[in-house]
Amino acid sequence: MSVQKKGADPVSWVRANLFSSWGNTLTTLVILYLLWKLALPFLDWALLEAVWWSPDGKACREAKGTGACWALIADKHRFMLFGTYPFEQQWRPALASLIFIALYIVSALRACWRPWLALVWLGGLAAIGVLMWGGVFGLVYVENGRWGGLALTLLLATFGIAFAFPLSIFLALGRRSTMPVIRSLAIGFIELIRGVPLISLLFMASVMLPLFLPEGLSIDKLLRAQIAMILFAAAYLAEVVRGGLQAIPRGQYEAAQALGLSYWRMMGFIILPQALRISIPPLVNTFIGFFKDTSLVLIIGLFDLLTTIKVSLSEPKWRL
Amino acid sequence: MRYSLRDARFRALVFQVVALGAVAAAAAYLVSNTVANLESRKIASGFGFLAREAGFAIGETTLIVYSAADNYLRAVFVGLANTFRVALLGVALATVLGTVIGLARLSSNWLVSRLATIYVEVLRNVPLLVQLFFWYAIIAENLPGPRAALDPLPGVFLSNRGIAVPTLITEAAHSWVLAAFLLGVVLAWRVAVWARRRQARTGAQFHAFWAGVAIALGLPLIVFLAAGAPMRLEVPALAGFNFVGGATLTPEFAALLTGLTVYTAAFIAEIVRAGVLAVQRGQFEAADALGLRRNLVMRLVVLPQALRVIVPPLTSQYLNLTKNSSLAVAIGYPDLVSIANTAINQTGQAIEGIAMIMAVYLTISLSISAFMNWYNKRIALVER
Repeated sequence: MSVQKKGADPVSWVRANLFSSWGNTLTTLVILYLLWKLALPFLDWALLEAVWWSPDGKACREAKGTGACWALIADKHRFMLFGTYPFEQQWRPALASLIFIALYIVSALRACWRPWLALVWLGGLAAIGVLMWGGVFGLVYVENGRWGGLALTLLLATFGIAFAFPLSIFLALGRRSTMPVIRSLAIGFIELIRGVPLISLLFMASVMLPLFLPEGLSIDKLLRAQIAMILFAAAYLAEVVRGGLQAIPRGQYEAAQALGLSYWRMMGFIILPQALRISIPPLVNTFIGFFKDTSLVLIIGLFDLLTTIKVSLSEPKWRL
Repeated sequence: MRYSLRDARFRALVFQVVALGAVAAAAAYLVSNTVANLESRKIASGFGFLAREAGFAIGETTLIVYSAADNYLRAVFVGLANTFRVALLGVALATVLGTVIGLARLSSNWLVSRLATIYVEVLRNVPLLVQLFFWYAIIAENLPGPRAALDPLPGVFLSNRGIAVPTLITEAAHSWVLAAFLLGVVLAWRVAVWARRRQARTGAQFHAFWAGVAIALGLPLIVFLAAGAPMRLEVPALAGFNFVGGATLTPEFAALLTGLTVYTAAFIAEIVRAGVLAVQRGQFEAADALGLRRNLVMRLVVLPQALRVIVPPLTSQYLNLTKNSSLAVAIGYPDLVSIANTAINQTGQAIEGIAMIMAVYLTISLSISAFMNWYNKRIALVER
């Protein structure tokens, strides 16, 4: 909490923010000294002593403890980014990841918040599906057991949120419903999912879901993990949306009812547009948390970005 | 109520019956599938397997004696104890670290607040699993072997076998010191009650807080000195390839505890900061205007209001930490999830194993949220 006004000259800024009292001066000097002591060895390790190129990893083993081994990334970046996707086809997940990133950027631009954005998303996701699976337009079919790396991480996160968000709105509405059965079902689902760790849901998806399905029908590991992640995200998002719904004054509901709007019209035209708008900041927080949580699929053996990097590190050539 | 879909109440009834029916049908379908699958795979259901011999060793058994010849139930309890051990320690350490970082972010010193900001932003935005691997790699792979162990403090050894620390050799006098401390706490509480009553009656003030501290700490100190100050430490010593004596934190436990603590502390720091900022400036000024002293301003005016904002999200962070401790399975710390997972892999009792995990975490979650609801009700602003 700096009290100094902007635009003040540097000397008085330094005096006010770094040396305002004896205690402050001492703190500043100690921190500067520590930073100096830590930063130099770090720069030494990360840049000066680092190994940038070493195809056989020998130079890295020799530099152990003194320098970073960036050569690992030069050697293994294809595997880290794309996992076990067929090597000569790896331009496809690369392109798919670029489409994902382009979609995120377009969605962040205010000028693009138009109805056609939904169509762009649908088109983008369809293109990603075609690229990843193949089998049409002369692309070789690649089963999703071989997908991995960055593309898989983006896929899990994006599809997770895309399906979880609408589901969460229904859950939140259910929890606010006046119908006791609907309300208890929604509360039961939300509290059950929120009360257990994501890992136990992933384990459930990987060992219990196959038991739930009729004999002969099986769904693959990726889809099972994706379902678990969708249910998990939906429960958390539902609580955020409920917060938004609760913040809308009663008068809005009453005004909508006085106009004779049905429940769904009241929600769709009056309540939800306002409620979702105020829930945007916490929604984004939850999205970010969910994106980080996709790394947990490592535990059930999916090759997301974290898994591929970890596998690369354990290769004997790069063991230090 | 008219029996027509145009009647809102009837419509609601029909809707609920349909919803309940759909859920029940889906559940019945899944259960029948599961039963059929279990039969065709020859898996016996039920918790009978818990009485069978587990047959796997557990690296960390602190509270419960366990060997591979014990049954699954005991193994699960060892896992539960390990979960609680890391969660309780993590909660305590993360609260302290988080409070310090949160206050540092509000510091008037630009460097301090910037460093705290960097800490929060970096730690919050890197997945916990990555951080756990990071700490585990540092401890298990980058630290030297026991023979070349680092010795940052006398008696403390850092090596890739974990962190060896000295322990106090317990003697009879120590239980007396503990008893004196408990007695001191009770006495301090009585003094506080007496001081409050007297102030309400006569207006005379009494330094109950400092008197209480003096009693609670002084009494055990006197007992300790009277017993001849017995302080013998068991210092870990190198024997063969590992340390003997003292207490050793395994690399898994140390990595998990560090990871959970520094990760959760970043979130707690933001909660503490928000809580302090939520108390308006006018409140400080009003308290000053009443002539309250600095510590009374904090205790009677600021803290009660800040805690009202801090406690609910703080408890949910505690809950998150407990749930996140299940990531232990990734670095091989034998917590509840990891042991239940081993049991599932050995016996094939997936449903029972998952049910146990869920039951334990649900119990913890629901008790914490029950506490939070009670607390919220107690401190909620009374309006009109």
